[in-house]
Amino acid sequence: MPTADELKTRIEQAIPGAQASVEDLTGGGDHFRAEVVSDRFDGLSRIDQHKLVYDVFGEEVGGPIHALSLKTSTPGGN
Amino acid sequence: MTNAEIRAFLEEAIKDNSVMLFMKGTPDQPACGFSLRTSAALNSLGVKYAALDILPDPRIRQELSAISEWPTIPQLFVDGKLVGGCDIVTEMYESGELADLLGVEQPADEPEAPVHGGAGDEQPASSPPLGIENRLS
Repeated sequence: MPTADELKTRIEQAIPGAQASVEDLTGGGDHFRAEVVSDRFDGLSRIDQHKLVYDVFGEEVGGPIHALSLKTSTPGGN
Repeated sequence: MTNAEIRAFLEEAIKDNSVMLFMKGTPDQPACGFSLRTSAALNSLGVKYAALDILPDPRIRQELSAISEWPTIPQLFVDGKLVGGCDIVTEMYESGELADLLGVEQPADEPEAPVHGGAGDEQPASSPPLGIENRLS
């Protein structure tokens, strides 16, 4: 079962320079909320920003990671 | 129905309906808190939209995610393009972008999508716990 720390590490490793804070919303290891700040998001639509993060987990999202709520932004704001 | 038929049906639905929501359950009876919030945002903008319950057959979700490259439900499409799931739709609702995109007026005094309708089997995990008082301590 994934932990919030594990998700944070994986996001930050997969998106170099990203800062992630991840919360396990229920304590059950399947509903998470992540806030991710990265300059990689610069110029991307929200959809593409979120896809970058979802891509880190592939089919785990919707599987063992039942829900991953996201908020993405760039270091300078949105 | 074969998988190919399901995919063709979904592609048709996205093409034919300018505002198309794929959700768990129906707008009247959402089966998931995220689907509830997303349909509530559309309801409060008063737009007409088509909604499809993805739960009856697991292949609906598989094929939909293959089309959209988006892993979770709900998914909102406007004019054939994926707008987002619950997070993005809620964010866009609150900022007024969703009203702009759909060409409607933002309701003046409702900063948050009102949540109403039947309770699903699952609420958004961020919502406050149900009114259970802890009297044990």
